[in-house]
Amino acid sequence: MSILADKNTRVVVQGITGREGSFHTRQMMAYGTSIVAGTNPRKGGQKFDDQVPIFATVREAVEQTGANAAVAFVPPRFAPDAILESADAGIALVVCLTEYIPVLEMVKVRAYLDSTNTRLIGPNCPGLITPEQAKLGIIPGNVVMPGSVGIVSKSGTLTYEVIGALTHKGVGQSTCVGIGGDPIQGTDFIDCLRLFQADDETEQIVLMGEIGGNAEELAAAYIKEHVTKPVYAFIAGRTAPPGRRMGHAGAIVEGNVGTAESKMEALTAAGVVVVDHPDQFADVIS
Amino acid sequence: MNLIEYHAKRLFGQHGIPVPAGELAYTPEEARTIAERLGGGTVVVKAQVLTGGRGKAGGVKLAHNPDEAEARARDILGLDIKGFTVHKVLVDPGVVIQDEIYLAILLDRAARRPMIMASAAGGMDIEAVAEETPEKIIKVHINPQIGVRTFHSTYIASRMALPQELWGQFHNVVTNLYDCFISNDASLTEINPLIIDGDGNLMAVDGKMTIDDNGLARHPELAELREADAETASEREARKHGINFIQLDGNIGCMVNGAGLAMTSMDVIKLFGGSPANFLDIGGGAKAEQVTAALRLILSDKNVEAVLINIFGGITRGDEVARGIIAALDQVDTKVPFVVRLAGTNATEGRAILADQNMTTAVTLSEAAQKAIAAAKGRGV
Repeated sequence: MSILADKNTRVVVQGITGREGSFHTRQMMAYGTSIVAGTNPRKGGQKFDDQVPIFATVREAVEQTGANAAVAFVPPRFAPDAILESADAGIALVVCLTEYIPVLEMVKVRAYLDSTNTRLIGPNCPGLITPEQAKLGIIPGNVVMPGSVGIVSKSGTLTYEVIGALTHKGVGQSTCVGIGGDPIQGTDFIDCLRLFQADDETEQIVLMGEIGGNAEELAAAYIKEHVTKPVYAFIAGRTAPPGRRMGHAGAIVEGNVGTAESKMEALTAAGVVVVDHPDQFADVIS
Repeated sequence: MNLIEYHAKRLFGQHGIPVPAGELAYTPEEARTIAERLGGGTVVVKAQVLTGGRGKAGGVKLAHNPDEAEARARDILGLDIKGFTVHKVLVDPGVVIQDEIYLAILLDRAARRPMIMASAAGGMDIEAVAEETPEKIIKVHINPQIGVRTFHSTYIASRMALPQELWGQFHNVVTNLYDCFISNDASLTEINPLIIDGDGNLMAVDGKMTIDDNGLARHPELAELREADAETASEREARKHGINFIQLDGNIGCMVNGAGLAMTSMDVIKLFGGSPANFLDIGGGAKAEQVTAALRLILSDKNVEAVLINIFGGITRGDEVARGIIAALDQVDTKVPFVVRLAGTNATEGRAILADQNMTTAVTLSEAAQKAIAAAKGRGV
């Protein structure tokens, strides 16, 4: 077991022929992910690397290959449509890596998704990886190892940092999910906590948050009520100056809302072990 | 990106919301000309800066004739309001105010949809109203699939006890403000106050607007309205190269990929007793050119005594970063020590490119931070 994706997940890559799409499709395939199709509206009928069939639309990919998950490598202008297209084709899991999608576009996309059975991971995220089974996105395959720690994070590269540090100390992972740092997300901390709590293979949970918004405070309240597995957390941005947007659209401290202190306090009060430094996870967990 | 009052009200006007017919003046003489053009009567001269509290700082003054308008503009132009120098004033015709309302539309992240916020206690600091008398704030969420309907505005008007003869006008203002919000990719449109004027009509007398930075790509006309002093020269240079950069006051320059890792690198430097000189995220998939630009920015800060490069490649490739570092060192003559930590995608290739550069390398973030702090101290002695 694991969450969201495993070796049976059949993936269609939206934007498979682009610079990032092609590079990372090869990485996902090299990792052993079952990439069954790609899409490009103008290149239907061709093959990617003489191997993966390309379709004009996701719906054709679903009809002909049984794809049940999609990874979208498309520019911000086209990303909202890419997500909607996959949802419309009945894809169960869409991972959208795209950064800089206008927030109001995501408001509409999310409202539509809520009326379907499609789960979106992202946007502006690194995707997810279930060690030795499937990689949907760009989390480097060589930093993970199979094990029992479930990881959920708002950040991209910080996630790799933590996974790498755990693996270095021999602490393996069940599934690692980067949910992204945008104000409107398809999947939040609580969704992932619920999935990890229900997953037989996950024994501990690592949560990585950052300043801005109140997702960590909400997660803390959820953990207190519903999560019995041990949870460990780190909050990035303790030294960030207030009132400034720190790269992620969500990472901004406004007044007393969304400070690192408020999040660390809420998590500690919910019984979560909050570390000062991402390298400390391996020590407290093992 | 925040808009000044003048631009916000101009956009409100374009969307059919009644606004005063004022204009911008950059000199006292221009203020006089505008006051004359507005009929020679009473005008309000208002500092146009991106900060609140303008009235208390002496940045908003009444003038009864064009002579006074010129004099008040002379008083206000050049004022320093919370660190912002006043370079322009708005000259608006004076209005009679019977009553003041607060009306805003903003994005509610938790509810994932736009929210109308209104209060009969207009003209005041809305945060103070929310704090002291939260029951006076009316909130209505709008499902983007149905937009603003009459029942929404009627609910607000009724709760505020707005005179019934104004409900039609009020509905139009709310609908138009919502259109303005949606069609400009705003994250905030705020009218404070929305007044009932001497003739019993609604008018937006002051306004604020924030545009979602991710929306600017499809609104080039709005991107041009960015205030020159809303960012430093370095921050402007960074934005041109697609780099997220914020100047801080420490001595360790940081170049990191990813906002979360960049914040964490700063946190870890602080944890080990150092002080970061900046927040810098080169973004996802940065090319050598961006890396070069980032290093030029960091090295142009004279406080920088060591540079920490922390790259954990995912979509960013270690070899691209390494090539950018080499190119930057060709362009900038520097003796500042570098501590480089490359991991993830193509890190091995990147390390090979940097092998003969005589740079300190590190395997973990802790090690990199401690080495950078030591390197900065070594220079300081």
